[in-house]
Amino acid sequence: MTYILVLEQILNGLQLGMMLFLMAAGLTLVFGVMGLINLAHGSLYMVGAFAAAAVAGWTGSFLLALIASLAAAAAAGALMELVVIRRLYRRDHLDQVLATFALILIFSEGTRWLFGSFPLFLDVPSYLSGPVSLPGGIQYPLYRLTIILIGLAIAAGLFLLIARTRIGIQIRAGEADREMIAALGVDISKLYTLVFALGAALAGLAGALVGAIQSVQVGMGEPVLILAFVVIVIGGIGSIKGALAGALLVGMTDTLGGVFLPQLFTLFMDPASAASAGASLASMLIYILMAAILLVRPSGLYGGSA
Amino acid sequence: MLTRESLLNWAMIAALLIVPLAAWTLDEPFIITLATKAAILALAGVGLNIALGLGGLISLGHAAFFGIGGYAMGILAAHAQNYEPLFEWPFLFEGSNQMPLIWLVAVVFSALAALVIGALSLRTSGVYFIMITLAFGQMLYYFAISWSAYGGEDGLSIWVRNEFPGLNTLDPIQFFAIAYVILCLALVFAARLARSPFGLALAAARQNEDRVQAVGLTPFTLRLTAFVISGAITGLAGALFADLNRFVSPTMLSWHTSGEIMIFVILGGVGRLYGPVAGAALYILLEHLLGGISDYWQIFLGVLLLLIVLFARGGLIGAIAGREKAHG
Repeated sequence: MTYILVLEQILNGLQLGMMLFLMAAGLTLVFGVMGLINLAHGSLYMVGAFAAAAVAGWTGSFLLALIASLAAAAAAGALMELVVIRRLYRRDHLDQVLATFALILIFSEGTRWLFGSFPLFLDVPSYLSGPVSLPGGIQYPLYRLTIILIGLAIAAGLFLLIARTRIGIQIRAGEADREMIAALGVDISKLYTLVFALGAALAGLAGALVGAIQSVQVGMGEPVLILAFVVIVIGGIGSIKGALAGALLVGMTDTLGGVFLPQLFTLFMDPASAASAGASLASMLIYILMAAILLVRPSGLYGGSA
Repeated sequence: MLTRESLLNWAMIAALLIVPLAAWTLDEPFIITLATKAAILALAGVGLNIALGLGGLISLGHAAFFGIGGYAMGILAAHAQNYEPLFEWPFLFEGSNQMPLIWLVAVVFSALAALVIGALSLRTSGVYFIMITLAFGQMLYYFAISWSAYGGEDGLSIWVRNEFPGLNTLDPIQFFAIAYVILCLALVFAARLARSPFGLALAAARQNEDRVQAVGLTPFTLRLTAFVISGAITGLAGALFADLNRFVSPTMLSWHTSGEIMIFVILGGVGRLYGPVAGAALYILLEHLLGGISDYWQIFLGVLLLLIVLFARGGLIGAIAGREKAHG
């Protein structure tokens, strides 16, 4: 176990964390501003990945595929908001859970109907494939490094958007008091559609970026959705800062736990049972982390009184 | 007094008995199996409804208890069929193929899991509670996938359905009778629970937490008790469901299962005692009818569910019997 391996795994954890942040940012914004729990956020991730795979198949351009993923997911998100979601803001959480679960069924089966059950593949473009040498003598895949950089850029952009722009002010005002900003002449329903579409676009982009590493298939959004829930529960629902901290924590814990726990167990177990016990425990590690954080802070790291 | 709702309840519970009996005389075992499945899924829904309808606890993790019940059956029966002792200390235990013992183990372990998950999750409320129950459910799901000793991702099959003293469980109508009687007992239990001092206090805690505290009751304890009872009943349903299929796999633990159990409750009507019976029967009917038309039948299920949530909040019973009381 060398330090290069450790650094490489830390980078992998960072990459997973960045993808989780893209998912969690939309979820936590939608909850913070509209008070809505959206289970169908994973479907938007899937929509982005399928749009990217389809466009990459037609045009061969990865950049166009990424743009398509943003556009398709934003469009699907806006449509979802206009037709269904806006009827749910005043409903209780149970209705929101059920209606968005129904949307998952519709999106998943609809996608299966359109594209079939076989996974699609989205290739990493040649200019992003292959390893790159980092200081310290680490060889790391360029594509994964690009994902980390894109994630960091979007995180920075999102913070600027929320902190410095007029829309950001309206979003924060919407979190604090929605009647008041409506009274001040902001078209609140347009703002909601915009926030929802923004969150959807980020989820779609994450789907496309991950789709090039894994395969693009129906149901791919759900494991990520649940990880994103863990992220925002840890970070505190409604907080972008919390989403970033939670995403990095979950990304690191999941990646490092999966690699190092089985090795740790070999210290006091035979290799075969260490591998299986380590893998079992590693799969549960982020949930244990979540439970531990909740014991100390029931509303998450950056949560107010929710 | 016989209201429209209670007439409807009697009609449903009678229909659930008459349909398989008719199928039995016409020698249609498949329909009996469908009715058995409906009765078992309704039982799972009755369990969830105690937390959801009565306690107002939106648990999206009840697949955990359903799956624990299933694995209790799978593990005990697998050891019994392979003649491998489950443990030798403090006494030799070789597993079991006796349903009553399997049910007891299923109930005890799902209640214990509900106690731990509930004690952690009930520290929070609202959206946090939904997401945390969901996350704990997924934790067990991934654990089952990586637990290679009991089949991992492939699940665990048993060759012969487990035994019940005095009955031939391989005969569909006799197995149906077991599931039906348990469902009826659970319904009676749930009805008595809702009217008991405990049930009234629980419902009061859902409606106004501060007042319940003011009269000296602890909402946390009430809710945790309800969550444990709810998990135990759903776990029992899981053991029966695994016995129906003679198979248990991580799918029983996946969050889609949690969503489906919730759908049974909602299709029928939240907080209605017999809601899960109506919902599970409707679900099985839709699965059977629409599944025959299209492989993508869940699109229709999704649209139907969406329409019910958006426009017909009383569910099936609410649509037929009217809004008597939205929550039990």
